[in-house]
Amino acid sequence: MNGQAVLHFVFGRLGFHWLPFWDMLQEPTKAHIVNDSIATFAGALVLFGGALTFLLLTWYRAWGTLWSKWLTSVDHKRIGIMYIVVSFVMLARALIEAALMRGQQAFGYGGGFLSANHFGQLFSTHGTIMIFFMAMPFLTGVINFVMPQQIGARDVSFPVMNSVSLGLTTAGAALVMISLDIGKFSTGGWSGYPPYTEASFQPGVGPDYWIWAVSLSTVASMLTGINFAVTIYKRRAPGMTFFRMPLFTWTALCTSILMIFAMPPLTVATALLALDRYLGFHFFTNDLGGNMMNFANIFWLFGHPEVYILILPAFGVYSEVFSTFSGKTLYGYVSLVIATMSIAVMSFWVWLHHFFTMGQSADVNAVFGTATMLIGIPTGVKVYDWMLTMYRGRVRFTVPMIYALGFIILFVIGGVSGIILANPSVDYQVHNTLFLVAHFHNMLIPGLLFGMLAAYHFWFPKAFGFRLDERWGMAAAVCWILGFMLAFFPLYALGLLGYPRRSLGYFDPIYTPYMEVAFAGAGVILAAFTCLLIQLFVSVRRRREYAVPAGDPWDGRSLEWSLPAPPPEYNFSVLPRVTGRDAFTRQKEDGTAYRLPQKFADIEMPKNSAMGMIVCVGGFLMAFALVWHMWWLVALSALGLAGATIGRGFARDTEKIIPAHEVEREHRRWLEQVAAVRPVSRERENDSANVGLAAHPLMQAAE
Amino acid sequence: MSIATILKHPGINLDTEPREDRVKAEELLFGFWVFVMSDAVVFGVLFGTYIIMDHARAGGPGPAELYDIKSAFIETLALLSSSFTYGMASLSLKYGTSRVPLVLWLCLTLVLAAVFLGFESHDFISMFQKGGPPTRSGYLSAFFALVPLHGLHVTSASIWMIMLIVQMTVYGVDRDVKLGLLRLGILWHFLDIVWIAIFSVIYLGGLA
Repeated sequence: MNGQAVLHFVFGRLGFHWLPFWDMLQEPTKAHIVNDSIATFAGALVLFGGALTFLLLTWYRAWGTLWSKWLTSVDHKRIGIMYIVVSFVMLARALIEAALMRGQQAFGYGGGFLSANHFGQLFSTHGTIMIFFMAMPFLTGVINFVMPQQIGARDVSFPVMNSVSLGLTTAGAALVMISLDIGKFSTGGWSGYPPYTEASFQPGVGPDYWIWAVSLSTVASMLTGINFAVTIYKRRAPGMTFFRMPLFTWTALCTSILMIFAMPPLTVATALLALDRYLGFHFFTNDLGGNMMNFANIFWLFGHPEVYILILPAFGVYSEVFSTFSGKTLYGYVSLVIATMSIAVMSFWVWLHHFFTMGQSADVNAVFGTATMLIGIPTGVKVYDWMLTMYRGRVRFTVPMIYALGFIILFVIGGVSGIILANPSVDYQVHNTLFLVAHFHNMLIPGLLFGMLAAYHFWFPKAFGFRLDERWGMAAAVCWILGFMLAFFPLYALGLLGYPRRSLGYFDPIYTPYMEVAFAGAGVILAAFTCLLIQLFVSVRRRREYAVPAGDPWDGRSLEWSLPAPPPEYNFSVLPRVTGRDAFTRQKEDGTAYRLPQKFADIEMPKNSAMGMIVCVGGFLMAFALVWHMWWLVALSALGLAGATIGRGFARDTEKIIPAHEVEREHRRWLEQVAAVRPVSRERENDSANVGLAAHPLMQAAE
Repeated sequence: MSIATILKHPGINLDTEPREDRVKAEELLFGFWVFVMSDAVVFGVLFGTYIIMDHARAGGPGPAELYDIKSAFIETLALLSSSFTYGMASLSLKYGTSRVPLVLWLCLTLVLAAVFLGFESHDFISMFQKGGPPTRSGYLSAFFALVPLHGLHVTSASIWMIMLIVQMTVYGVDRDVKLGLLRLGILWHFLDIVWIAIFSVIYLGGLA
């Protein structure tokens, strides 16, 4: 082997020309300088962020704690929090990209400042990140944190697999991040339609980055779905029958079932595309019998249930929020459960509405159009139930409630635009325009994202023992709502004016004013995100003032509020006995809350495991090596992963015992704390008097 | 609901185990069933793809030129018999007092799996030689995504079986080995069912 061959063997396709500033140095034209500067700045930001994290961890000597308390932890609460951290980091990046795209189109009259290729990468990474590395980790994190506590469980069914799922998701996110520093991402959009993503059109590394990042995330979500569903079926506390589960747990169950059945088609779709690209198969190519429509069908067989995987947990959050902050039990619980299940089932028979215009007969389109409109019915049921939950309640306008109210109004508008799109003949007019972009952002931002942000504010005190600052939270919520409306309502008009989605620029000045308003909206959304960061900073600084050690800052109704904040590793000192819906409210009403259990027992908990981290590192290396054709590293990391899996099979001593006296000591300490603090009425919910012990409403009235 | 009815396992004798262990078995096996359902979706989508692409021959060879029904039939016999021997292994796990028959039945299963995999690789190689590699047409791509994936599953399951036998020699037939054998059983019989579909749809259907 000569030197060249050795280099090629070691580094595969890697080379200096893949650096983000290469073109600028080779050919310093204005276009290259602008695009490469942006790309280089973004790449530098990733490296800087990584270096800063490294330095801070070293400075505070936090590596040991990070490893033993977090990275190897299999505690569902810590895993949930880590998921949400990942999703916030990815949200930051995808938001900046969104603002950049809005900027490009605001100045897009005559061409704008970005190159087509750069713009293509932006909308591809934006979509991929927002779906797979922001939304999915966020909701997975929230379910992870909340659901076991709501059903009275001590952990999920498979704690180590939970950590492995987190590892796989993080590896995928890291792959998308590293693509800023070396190589270019796909320009084929988040759905990666072939044949454009085939090797004949994009021979570079872009679609490979997309394939492996998405594959990692898909496998992780499939495992997570299994984990959550089994937990809900098998780990409910005594008396927690299905129809006593909090609604959030119901939505978690439906989402998990969807994950189990909808993720495999995506795994197949990306795997087949990879076979086409790597081994010259002909699934979706233009020649030798390839059939891209098969990709569209398989992809949306995943893609449509995915929409409901995203939205159902948010519906669950809103149900908890409306009920808690209206001080009422949820209206129409059974109808909400039936509606959730109906949506989950129906989500599998509407996938074709994603490609009405791709050549089916009118009859097929009509069937799928009708099915799509039918899904609006259960969703409508939910909206009425939420409104009736507020009716005659004592509604408190807290931050989660602001998000929820914004959601109801905006989501109905988005839903109505969806009903319009569900009509194939209308869809023919507006498909592939910004009308569609406006529609699905209208569903996902007020639907999913507001829901997750409401969940973040709602359960943060449970996770960390102190509340988030209410004023900055309010500012963030208002900015999100206004920013969303400014950024996306003009897109409806632009779509009706015929502006195609994903297009770089335009030559008709009529679009400009709308684009400028949308750009301003993006600015307001960035302000909203900044408010969230300030809120976190302010809250951490005032954590003593905002502390809620007693654990129930919002007069909560489900079991997680019956625990200290933060809860101990094992959640429940003694597993609760559930006698009805709103289990904790019942306990508070009949005086059984905050009691000392008669008898404590030893608790068996899973030991920490490095499996998650091994899979994270191994998975990342393997995917990176596949992208760059470094076959030796592919083989090495595959062997490592297989070895770790086999080794794990030989592990026997995987449980630890927390002795009863320790559990009792902790519980007594918490009860002393509870006894020492004053119950707070709902009027003073947001001042420092709220230490997490809710005054009984009847006592409040007496005062 | 009484605990006894919840904790029964048709495939295993857990009566002597502590209650917590039996609860765990329940959870673990249910989880594995759910995983297999998910895996069934993978095979389902690939079957759909194969049926759609069956006619995408692009002027290349078709089943008549490429498939060897004798070989496929031997593979079927080997795999079906291996399900039987695995069933015998499960029975000796449940009722047997000695470890020897259990290991022997497992080894016999492994031999049958090896026969299956040997004939299958031979099939693939001869398809390549007859001018039918996956790069030839959409139809062959679909074939080579589906059938070797099943073979890959059989290979992984065989490695799992070997590892369980090794674990048995290290730890004896302990709880984790038992639970491993039970889960592997679910996978093994599932792969048998998938093979029956492959044999009927691809081989018999293709040559009919």
